[in-house]
Amino acid sequence: MTWYEIVRDVLKRHDVSLVTYVPDNVLRPLIEAVHADPFFDAFACTREEEALGIVSGAWMGGKRGILLMQTSGFATLPNVIASLAVPFSIPVLMMVSERGTLGEFNIGQSLVARTMRPVLDALAVEHHTMTRLDEVEFIVDRSIVQAVATMAPVCFILSPLLTGGKVFAK
Amino acid sequence: MAALSNHPLSREQAKVMNRFDITKRLVGLLKADEAVVGGIGYTNFDLWAASGGRQPQFYMLGSMGLAVPIALGVAIAQPARRVFALEGDGSVLMQLGSLSTVAARAVRNLCVVIMDNGAYQITGGQQTMTAQGADIVGIARASGIAQSAWAADEDAFVELAGRALKEDGPWLIGARIGAEKPVDTTERNPARIRDGFMRGLGVRR
Repeated sequence: MTWYEIVRDVLKRHDVSLVTYVPDNVLRPLIEAVHADPFFDAFACTREEEALGIVSGAWMGGKRGILLMQTSGFATLPNVIASLAVPFSIPVLMMVSERGTLGEFNIGQSLVARTMRPVLDALAVEHHTMTRLDEVEFIVDRSIVQAVATMAPVCFILSPLLTGGKVFAK
Repeated sequence: MAALSNHPLSREQAKVMNRFDITKRLVGLLKADEAVVGGIGYTNFDLWAASGGRQPQFYMLGSMGLAVPIALGVAIAQPARRVFALEGDGSVLMQLGSLSTVAARAVRNLCVVIMDNGAYQITGGQQTMTAQGADIVGIARASGIAQSAWAADEDAFVELAGRALKEDGPWLIGARIGAEKPVDTTERNPARIRDGFMRGLGVRR
């Protein structure tokens, strides 16, 4: 199984049916996998903040969701994580395809990537970087259980070591 | 839209109303278990003041611009429930893309109400772009929300909100309001707000 098939299956097992995203090349196979499966309600949003708001509202309404984005998109989120997800105890699931490292060709991506983990740490948001295929199921499965049980957001970071990342486009 | 042709064509033609008064009228129309999401600022405060503890209602404490996305999420999760988003002009201008997402999802149970005073009133009344030519109802229509209209006056506001309660949406109602101070201040307790909202939605018992 590929990483994205594992993620898709774990999301299904935990009844995470809403997928909001701002697309990314690395996420493309996961986005296509959830669109191809009628279990999921998946759609693109105009901004990551909006995608987080939709997942938050849906969770309060009884529907679990996850938002998918790339590193630069995560950098637009600190205000809404700090003023919505964390203080209201909403277990927002986030998955970020990591850009900016291990062969990045865009200087903007490499700089903004450095803000991601410090922001998560500053807000005390649980986060896990997934680098190997054999750890994906355990990390996603256990972290969804924990997020729901403790009503806290969690962020999954997809390392290029796992996904192959995005290679230099000439 | 032909069915809304009796409503003003532009912001300038709409009557300037009182925020608390029309919020009270809106809450008065809610007879069942409709959900209401209040954006930040005086829109939020007057919703709190006009509601007397009614549930399910969610009050943002930050996350400026997210009232529409949060309400959209609730509407997706609970398609049988009517959901209202109350948002200010400054807030919706921050997240205009969310109007096109609402249109693209074609949610039938969502109504967005924009309280438009043309100002960031809570921070000292600095002008927003709606005071300088931007027309939220026009933007909403161009974003794909066909059923978008300015409320000509209080009676028209009640008529539009009443239609949004009965007829398929999505809807957007533009309400021009004045610069009155809000009647009360929302209790800033996020755990209590979220819990009350979820119990009101039947998700928690």
